[in-house]
Amino acid sequence: MNGLIGKKIGMTSIYDSAGRSVACTVIEAGPCVVTQVKTEDTDGYEALQLGFGEAKTKNTSNPLVGHFKKAGTDPKRKVVEFRNFNILAKELGETIRVDEVFAEGDKVSAVGVSKGKGFQGVVKRHGFGGVGESTHGQHNRLRAPGSIGASSYPSKVIKGMRMAGRDGGRRVKVKNLRVLKVLPEKNLILIKGAIPGHKGALIIIEK
Amino acid sequence: MDLIKYVHEQLTQDKKAIPAFRSGDNVVVNYKIIEGDKERIQSFRGDVIQIKGHGATKTFTVRKISNGVGVERIFPFASPNIVDVTLVKRGKVRRSRLFYLRSLVGKKARIKERKYTGNKENS
Repeated sequence: MNGLIGKKIGMTSIYDSAGRSVACTVIEAGPCVVTQVKTEDTDGYEALQLGFGEAKTKNTSNPLVGHFKKAGTDPKRKVVEFRNFNILAKELGETIRVDEVFAEGDKVSAVGVSKGKGFQGVVKRHGFGGVGESTHGQHNRLRAPGSIGASSYPSKVIKGMRMAGRDGGRRVKVKNLRVLKVLPEKNLILIKGAIPGHKGALIIIEK
Repeated sequence: MDLIKYVHEQLTQDKKAIPAFRSGDNVVVNYKIIEGDKERIQSFRGDVIQIKGHGATKTFTVRKISNGVGVERIFPFASPNIVDVTLVKRGKVRRSRLFYLRSLVGKKARIKERKYTGNKENS
């Protein structure tokens, strides 16, 4: 799987050849440094480990500083492994740019950490329908979850029951996104549609 | 934000000269319509009731009364389908969003014309 690590810049819209407005997310993808090359002989499988983003040496653990030193680079904010990175036979310490991996029209997946929503009820968190009526004696239970199980049997709430709680702030992958444009001078890639995470968040783009 | 601006600059090829207008002005928008494989130009004349957004997503809303029915159209400034925009009349209004026009009909729904105001004339 080929891919890069990037930073979400924000959303905008561009116009396609038919003059239609298309919403897209702008991502600053790469350039990524190869921090480790895993091979069949040494690790049992083929993979490339890429690093992206600036990190201070004082905030990086010593083992990681050594790891980056071996690749001949400064400490990186994020390190991600891509298995079977097939198009480029890259050496340790080399950089991979966005136009080497992605082209216009590619289908990609984007992985990010979704925006934290805090403590949310079941309607927002799990898509429950709510009560549906605000009158006819509903008092204040418009967005209540309703029954969470039977009574004396089983006499408990079964595990995994969908309830209110912390929402968002978890790893989300969106598949089958289309690459609309690649602007290699500024390492930018435009992907159709929305991508999880806030502006400035780290995004993994896989192909 | 600068990078978003950069994207916008890179991807807009033909910069059209759209005259500066504001809410309350009467404009004619000529825009392309694609029907099957045929392309023709249609014009839409009405009052600008809202200008919204910035950069690539900036839009303006034009309202007109067509056969007694109010019709509103939202045009993006950056749309390649807009051929040109001509400013017909400047309007004298006291707010930037003229949604109150929706509840008015007939003579009440008119906008007073803003005549030349000496030095204070701003595009």
